[in-house]
Amino acid sequence: MKKIVVLAKQVPDTANVTGDAMKADGTVNRAALPAIFNPEDLNALEMALMIKDKIGGEVIVISMGPPKAVEILKHSLYMGADRVMLITDRKFAAADTLATSYVLAEAIKNIGNVDLVLAGRQAIDGDTAQVGPQVADKIGYNQVTYVSKLKEFTDDYLIVERDGEVQTEVIKTAYPVLLTVTAEANTPRYPNCRKMLQYFRVDLKDNFSEDELSVAKENDWIIPTCTIDDLGLEEDRCGLKGSPTKVHKIKSIMLKGGDLKMYGTEATDIRQLVRDIMKDYVEVN
Amino acid sequence: MKSVVFIEKNPLSNQLRNVSLELTHKAYTLSNPLGGEVVGIFTGDSLPENCDELFQFGMSRLLYFTDERLAHLHSIAYKHILETMINSESPDIVLFGATHTGRDVAPLIASSLKTGMTADCTQLYIDDYKDKGKILYQMRPAFGGNILATIITPDHRPMMATVREGVMLLPDERLNFPVKTEVFPIDFNELWIKSEFLEIVPKVKKVDFNSANIVVSGGAGVGSEENFRLIRELARALGGEVGASRAAVDFGFVEKDHQVGQTGSVVRPKLYIACGISGQIQHRAGMEESQKIIAINKDPDAPIFNIAHMGIVGDLNEIIPVMLRYLKEEG
Repeated sequence: MKKIVVLAKQVPDTANVTGDAMKADGTVNRAALPAIFNPEDLNALEMALMIKDKIGGEVIVISMGPPKAVEILKHSLYMGADRVMLITDRKFAAADTLATSYVLAEAIKNIGNVDLVLAGRQAIDGDTAQVGPQVADKIGYNQVTYVSKLKEFTDDYLIVERDGEVQTEVIKTAYPVLLTVTAEANTPRYPNCRKMLQYFRVDLKDNFSEDELSVAKENDWIIPTCTIDDLGLEEDRCGLKGSPTKVHKIKSIMLKGGDLKMYGTEATDIRQLVRDIMKDYVEVN
Repeated sequence: MKSVVFIEKNPLSNQLRNVSLELTHKAYTLSNPLGGEVVGIFTGDSLPENCDELFQFGMSRLLYFTDERLAHLHSIAYKHILETMINSESPDIVLFGATHTGRDVAPLIASSLKTGMTADCTQLYIDDYKDKGKILYQMRPAFGGNILATIITPDHRPMMATVREGVMLLPDERLNFPVKTEVFPIDFNELWIKSEFLEIVPKVKKVDFNSANIVVSGGAGVGSEENFRLIRELARALGGEVGASRAAVDFGFVEKDHQVGQTGSVVRPKLYIACGISGQIQHRAGMEESQKIIAINKDPDAPIFNIAHMGIVGDLNEIIPVMLRYLKEEG
């Protein structure tokens, strides 16, 4: 029985910027992007569920974010997570990776006796890949990053493949350990129908009306949340206050106009293009 | 303004990785005008064969600790060793390559030092900041490349950053600094070795963007795996490398190794030919630094024309065969 924690983040879908999310000046309207489950966190969750399916265990998905992030926690339950928890507090706003990893690490310590922590390699809104390792450092676990395959696992050890750029590394590690997982590692499963029915009503406490609340409690529909006080965190290490990096300036990327020379599609035009290319770029031997 | 640069080697060739040279030079341009030096830190099983080259790009000293147990990336051991080296130098700036090694170890160190780190910077420069004196300004794309953020670490030292390989350019001129390599004593702890490396399988590298002067890329507009043959033929005729947009890879026209863009390779060839690529932000992030860009696209409003230098509006499946014919004739 392994106790497995998966770190998940809700992110704006930056990879699929469609026309609707573009402003007239060619910049992206970030507010118009749909919020999704960070893709590689789904691979991390899938890996956790694979391990649970075979050797048994408890899969706990935790996310630090605003109340809206409850959506990905529900999705985690539909996929097969046993427990989820939202770590949410207004004072977490504007956290950089150091402050984020502090909060997540304290939450993991609070859960206690965790054998395995799984996280996506990186989140698509920031692409920093820093939170996983920084959590590993704070909880004092071994880490393997860029895990591209889970090869073998038992109660005592894991064997994984790591993408080492020029080489694939086959690594054996004991528990406890933190792995960051890439998209190549597996194909996340679809939500399970039975689980969707089972967890159809689950939500944050604040999303139930007063009348519903007693029924919700009875049926265990309430997704637990944790604040700074609940976890006994040092406020100075959270959010903007706990973040050594500051965003100094944000510039939206706009298309820059080049000095564009257009060619026609007649054979003579294309021949001219080929000549222009050859003149400048093709070495004549 | 002292800088420390993490030096790494390609484990397969025992040679320095280019990013180590690039960052040494970058650190030199940041530190030298303010009278600071650049110190390299290395750990592994043995020094890279060509580490003398670092001193041609502005390194003053290279500190190293080697041990055969460190042949592979033992994250925890690397962290302890490199952190000790950094602490002994008290630098203002620490740079790591945004490689799979740098991105593994650097965050551990930043966490342990409780300082700020900015990943995948594309520009670094020094300037004044309020009453804090000179600090490092770190620019990086975020939000899938849709915004460019300038990040600062005003109150903590060192200011840490990672940079991807190929982003900072090497100068043509060489410096002639004396080669100074110093063994750094480490009280090695066996408990730092937590992983066992069972096997190392070298990857067969199929795509080499670094040495290609010309890259010919295909996108969704190519239409099929069959049509993608034209992209390969044009690349071969020009002696260039084959690139692709994410869409072309997702559609299965071509293998992922060829992908150019935010989630693929960053290329900077003399000539980039974008065929059937609309020019989404994610793709541009990987190619817009190319010296010249040619766009071939059916859609005259495709954003790729906004950054291209030469363009044809038309069907690439008709245009490329004509190009190939003339290339044969003219060549």
